[in-house]
Amino acid sequence: MNNWKQFSINGGILVLLILVPLITSRTDVLTWLYLTLVYIALSQSWNIIGGYTGQINLGHAAFFGIGALAARYIWLHFGLPLPLAVLGGGLASMIFALAIGVLVFRLKGIYFIIGTLVLAEILRLIFYTILPEADVMPMKLLGAYSLVPRYYLSLLIAVITVAVVYWISRSRLGLGLMSIRDDEDAAEASGVDTQRYKLLAFNISTFLAGLTGGIYAYYSAAFRAGGLFEPVWTFDAVIIVFVGGVGTIAGPIIGSVFFVLLKQILSLYLPGGLHVAVFGVLFIIVVLYLPGGLIELMTKFRKRTSAGDQ
Amino acid sequence: MMFGLVAQTFINGITIGAMYGLIAVGLSLTFGVMKILNVAHGEFLMIGGYIAFWLFTRYDIDPLLGLPLVAIALFLFGAVFYKILFSGLVKFHEEIKMKNTLLVAFGLSLIFPQVARWLWTADERGITPFYSGGSFPILGVRIGYVPLAGLIVAVVVILALHLLLTKTYFGKSVRATSENYKAAKLVGINVNRTYLVTFSLGAALAGLAGVLVVMTQAVVPDMGMAWTIKALIVVVLAGIGSVGGAFFAGILLGVIESVSAIFMGPYTVALGMGIFLLILMFRPQGLFGKA
Repeated sequence: MNNWKQFSINGGILVLLILVPLITSRTDVLTWLYLTLVYIALSQSWNIIGGYTGQINLGHAAFFGIGALAARYIWLHFGLPLPLAVLGGGLASMIFALAIGVLVFRLKGIYFIIGTLVLAEILRLIFYTILPEADVMPMKLLGAYSLVPRYYLSLLIAVITVAVVYWISRSRLGLGLMSIRDDEDAAEASGVDTQRYKLLAFNISTFLAGLTGGIYAYYSAAFRAGGLFEPVWTFDAVIIVFVGGVGTIAGPIIGSVFFVLLKQILSLYLPGGLHVAVFGVLFIIVVLYLPGGLIELMTKFRKRTSAGDQ
Repeated sequence: MMFGLVAQTFINGITIGAMYGLIAVGLSLTFGVMKILNVAHGEFLMIGGYIAFWLFTRYDIDPLLGLPLVAIALFLFGAVFYKILFSGLVKFHEEIKMKNTLLVAFGLSLIFPQVARWLWTADERGITPFYSGGSFPILGVRIGYVPLAGLIVAVVVILALHLLLTKTYFGKSVRATSENYKAAKLVGINVNRTYLVTFSLGAALAGLAGVLVVMTQAVVPDMGMAWTIKALIVVVLAGIGSVGGAFFAGILLGVIESVSAIFMGPYTVALGMGIFLLILMFRPQGLFGKA
């Protein structure tokens, strides 16, 4: 009964999201939803490696950037159809992850954290240098630019990432990943091939990050290649996951909604960027006192109110 | 002519490298003693730079004379942040402690740039005292007054730190705590206070380095992470936790950078990071450390 209820709520939300462009053509509403969906996809893809596997990858921007750049080239410069381009972006970023995976996982714990951060910084510096020019959409495409197909692409990718995380969380793979997060040595001792599981999680996570980059390649009218590798792409995803609820499916979704809402509300009254500071404070509070994030807070609250009813 | 170029490149590398060393020493100290990797180290540096900038523009205090003030301010600043955020985490098991303190520092590194932009705007700020453009020649090599002052400050501060750690009771308690936390506690060392002072000292060192940065380059709200990474590179080159080695590793990185700038141009910074990754993966005890 409960499952059925949950299923119908999720289905209802999805149908509503599909219908939004038919109901309203307000660009601000569509842009907010678009942004929220991109953040859901980005943070959910990070959640696989950072949340479920416990490997805090601070170089997620590298995979977003490679995906975006590859998709843009395949789509605009080689002239192939968009679905191929987005898929190609995902694959490009997964191939890079395959190439460096074994090396990266030589690093453990905090060395993994700073190592991945520096890895993305290297790519950022290289791409700012080799591709200094802004990549601008051709006039013909800009003239016919519409937000609606971008919105649907972001919806599709967000649904895919959420579905993948849902599948992982209920699979043997997910159990293995969580055992690595809780105690890597114990997992290894009880027969989990930790190296293989970590690489698998890394590849799935980076593939999805590459797909998310594909959305941006299709959305952005102009960008500089190095800008795709800015650490902010990683940091936004990380704080969204932590504040929402690390290692849960609903956490990144709630975190993304909250992040975009806060950004909009704060930008009305305060200079830009302060929503990041607010999320930074929430992030620290979560690390220190509330490891389950907003999700934990909500379940506590719900339990308390239902206990009060009885 | 050729000799002049080589010598000039080396001198430039050494003066900038001494500054790198000073930046890294504070990070290495907190990590070596407390196993706290303070990734907000660059943010403390940035704040030190802005305080020096304030002292210079508002009260006309020369940045070199302002050094002690900045150090005291950052010491207190570090103490407050340690008390509020980090002191509760040090009691955990080492792995959890390392990870959570890093995450808290990461959170700080998200907050500080936004607050700094709000306080000081996003403009680049630098300090140019009257002697800033001057230089003098030795054997065909030109040495600027400001880089020379930076070199002297770095050497003096690091020597003082070395004496503090080796010759005083406090230094003894720091070394004991870093070697064995529990044993230090058992023999009656006030570990909590040692931690508090060590962390604050690390922040003060970052602040001092910030003054050198604002004099030789400039400060902007977003620069913290770049300097944290620079410090990390030096710390890893030296071998993690080695305070003395950090100074020489800083000079090594400075020389590598200034030499490779001739051949590699814009890729120089990426080169340092590449070295960092390779060492971390294949020689985590550092270049000079024993396995």
